[in-house]
Amino acid sequence: MEKRELTCIGCPMGCLVTAEIENGEVVNVTGNTCKIGDTYAHKEITNPTRIVTSTVILEGSGKTRLPVKTATDIPKSSIFDVMEVINHARAKAPVKIGDVVIKDVCGTGVDVVATGNAS
Amino acid sequence: MYDIIIIGAGVTGAAVARELSRYDARICVLEREEDVCCGTSKANSAIVHAGFDAAEGSLMARFNVRGNELMEGLAKDLDIPFKRNGSLVVCIHKEELDGLKDLYDRGVKNGVPDLKILSREELLEMEPNLSENAEGALYAPTGGIICPFKLNIALAENAFVNGVEFRFNTRAEQLTRDEEGLWHIRTNNGEYVTRYVVNAAGLYSDYFHNMVSEKKIHITPRRGDYCILDKETGDLVEKTIFPQPSKMGKGILVAPTIHGNLFVGPTAVDIEDKESTATTQDGIAQLIEKGGMYVKDLPIKKVITSFAGLRAHEDGHEFILGEPEDAPHFIDCAGIESPGLTSCPAIGEYIAEMMRDMMDLKEKENWIGTRKDVVSTEGLSLEERNALIKENPAFGTIICRCESVTEGEILDAIHRPLGARSLDGVKRRTRAGMGRCQAGFCSPRVMEILHRELGLPMEEIKKSSGKSNMVFYRTKEEGGHTA
Amino acid sequence: MKSYDIVIVGGGPAGLAAAVAAKKAGNDSILILERDHELGGILNQCIHNGFGLHTFKEELTGPEYASRYIDQVLELGIDYRLNTMVMDIAPDKTVTAMNREDGMFTVPAKAVILAMGCRERPRGALNIPGYRPAGIYSAGTAQRLVNIEGYMPGKEVVILGSGDIGLIMARRMTFEGAKVQCVAEIMPYSGGLKRNIVQCLNDYNIPLLLSHTVVDIKGRERVEGVTIAEVDGNMKPIPGTEKFYSCDTLMLSTGLIPENELSRSAGVAMNPVTSGPVVNESFETSIEGVFACGNVLHVHDLVDYVSEEAAKAGEHAAAYVANGREEAAEDITVTAKGGARYTVPSTVSLDRLGDLLTIRFRVGAVYKDAFVSVYLDDERVTHQKKRIIAPGEMEQVILKKEQLTSHEGLKNITVTVETE
Repeated sequence: MEKRELTCIGCPMGCLVTAEIENGEVVNVTGNTCKIGDTYAHKEITNPTRIVTSTVILEGSGKTRLPVKTATDIPKSSIFDVMEVINHARAKAPVKIGDVVIKDVCGTGVDVVATGNAS
Repeated sequence: MYDIIIIGAGVTGAAVARELSRYDARICVLEREEDVCCGTSKANSAIVHAGFDAAEGSLMARFNVRGNELMEGLAKDLDIPFKRNGSLVVCIHKEELDGLKDLYDRGVKNGVPDLKILSREELLEMEPNLSENAEGALYAPTGGIICPFKLNIALAENAFVNGVEFRFNTRAEQLTRDEEGLWHIRTNNGEYVTRYVVNAAGLYSDYFHNMVSEKKIHITPRRGDYCILDKETGDLVEKTIFPQPSKMGKGILVAPTIHGNLFVGPTAVDIEDKESTATTQDGIAQLIEKGGMYVKDLPIKKVITSFAGLRAHEDGHEFILGEPEDAPHFIDCAGIESPGLTSCPAIGEYIAEMMRDMMDLKEKENWIGTRKDVVSTEGLSLEERNALIKENPAFGTIICRCESVTEGEILDAIHRPLGARSLDGVKRRTRAGMGRCQAGFCSPRVMEILHRELGLPMEEIKKSSGKSNMVFYRTKEEGGHTA
Repeated sequence: MKSYDIVIVGGGPAGLAAAVAAKKAGNDSILILERDHELGGILNQCIHNGFGLHTFKEELTGPEYASRYIDQVLELGIDYRLNTMVMDIAPDKTVTAMNREDGMFTVPAKAVILAMGCRERPRGALNIPGYRPAGIYSAGTAQRLVNIEGYMPGKEVVILGSGDIGLIMARRMTFEGAKVQCVAEIMPYSGGLKRNIVQCLNDYNIPLLLSHTVVDIKGRERVEGVTIAEVDGNMKPIPGTEKFYSCDTLMLSTGLIPENELSRSAGVAMNPVTSGPVVNESFETSIEGVFACGNVLHVHDLVDYVSEEAAKAGEHAAAYVANGREEAAEDITVTAKGGARYTVPSTVSLDRLGDLLTIRFRVGAVYKDAFVSVYLDDERVTHQKKRIIAPGEMEQVILKKEQLTSHEGLKNITVTVETE
């Protein structure tokens, strides 16, 4: 059995979590103080994911950049592919928080949405 | 073709330019940096010395005392802050007291007025925050403090308004004299031809002198590290506190600045590289140690910035002023180290009168000897501020919060004669970025204003000269996304 | 300008939460003065996620978190002025401010809430030797340039200091195509949150060099590189450990300083440890009717705690305006001892205290498997084991009012960290 120490990134507590792994499967998680830690450990071992935040070019506003994020986490391995798409995307004002800026980015099934308002 | 070309827009070059601008002559100042006041003039103790320190009979003594005398009127004419806060040479060992008497005698011979030797009691009454070890002091009430940036900028601006041309980013490289006796100055921006040359090249004044004269001189860059402390500490001492002078200079001072900070410095280390204005670990450590010997509880944790300046130390420790025998129409202002800042008005006066006589220059009828500084909103009443804001709303926007500098002041600094074109240029003219957050807050805002007012892309906004660009490219555009 | 009951200096997370809470507590005369061109403060440039898990039970970005409060301020019809710099707060609570449209004006207030936030420690304060070229940025300034203005301050970056903004910017610069060489931290531990080391550095193989600092900066015009050396136990560089890192940008994330110029000139008593005002259980400073909350009081790790604290300050300010200062029994002092560096609040009056007393503090070193203890005079009432207690993270203990009232003649509450 393999043991891996992880720092949970689910919240700023940053719990030190120990995952016990057998045949690539997480069989036990200890050290977490809430359910997020357990979920995080499972995902981190089998399919690590992250939320990506950045900006896109904004047109038609006094502001020139609009903050955006992936609406939920995406596979860690796709981060730079997603960034490439974000870097070429444009949003037009008016925009409000939650508006979809890029649909289904890189086939992840996840949208990139605005996290700021612009008029 | 010019009548006179001055190499260097430091405080000496600017003072000479301003004095020469009284006369009908075509004058140009060549400056390798993007602005005036970029070398030794911007990184020194900002002290107007009384003049007791220089050797009796030396040019340094003469020009120091005369410069000190002239400074008050000049500061008024040019609308820049100057204060006679007084200087104290403090002894912390009884055996140094004899040295004080020597200094006193030298000062009297140099013509320094109102010198006085203070007892320990008189001294501590005057400066209660001095070290308990203080034994006595030489007091020179004529010692003062000034803003070296504003002095340099005001002199240049005033010269410019009176017709002197300035060429920035223009580095003099080679001097040759043709058969007709005209000087040809090769620069990175083409060739300049002139009848007379003034060598006010600071650390490089030996380079130009030696290019034209067989009587060689040698300038050593003498590095001095400084620390500037938060304005909170500015009233720790009122007067400029000197230790006893030594062979390496006037020692490490503790003094208020004209703008209300406190500074400690300089160290004195002779180096080779005329460009090496980097501070050192040892230097800063020395400042903390030595400064603390004279002032008790020196709040060194309140340092907001440190910097190093290079003094143009000539081997003979003397100003070299005038025409070398073997280089006609080439006028040296070389070896200008402390008390160079103090002496600059006197050097300007002396060189200009000398050249007037040599060249038979005629005085202009419409010479303007005064100028107004950038409007300062600091200390204005509510009514005064509102009058300004009504006239120009930009005076209602604070850009530098630490030094309370408004957009109106920055616009004035940019659009006035010889206006600022860089962050440092704005800083030296308005103090935006000189406060305790050291431009963390205002730099993006000042960049934006420079970008808007000068019509330059943000990528071309610089901190100072050369490759000192602040940002490289826009996000999402070229350069990025390498994944 | 007309007078207000409550003037709030700063429209960032603290000011917004204080305003909303004061309004909900029944005060209808509130003015927020904000120096930037929009409400939200520093959150507007913190476009990364990780905010609001405590407050909203979901993970938000900075602008999203701010908008939750801005929306409330707008809905509640609370007055605010943008692009307005507060120039002075007089001890009689007259606030002087300035902007382009109104000029310089004074606002008489019955209560003032200080919510100015904090600023970054600059290079100069660190005495880093070397040149002073372009390309030395505090991490927050760089963050504003990249996230708001959309400009890249550099392509090859070294970060000094492992504060959260520095860690976040390491990832942010990487996303935007820059190469982050390393993060050097003079202390033997990081100043930032553990999760940020994982998701901002480890994810992108950016080395974190603990017990290292920058000993030289190369480049006269623009940064060309820095020399980094290991430091000994006294934080002095160890000769022979110097290594040169090529870079065009040095970013500093070496600490935050509460921005209290206005508080000081108003005459508010300061705590030298936090550089923030000394406050009581109601977040009231030494000047009656002047309250403080958020990073101007003490630097927080989580905005959620800022909002919570600010809401209390807002409620207390509203109560103060409504009822004046209530007569109260003598204050109980709250002191930090041992590993705890300070406490907020510094005093407690039982008469004014609600049901719970939250004491927040930070420690001065990393403790493993240590105990956070609370003593009511000499009696230990809390002894709580923690796996890790670190300076980068704010700690808190919550005491019930009954605990305090039942301890007869209570004079002092001590918070300390014990190894056993």
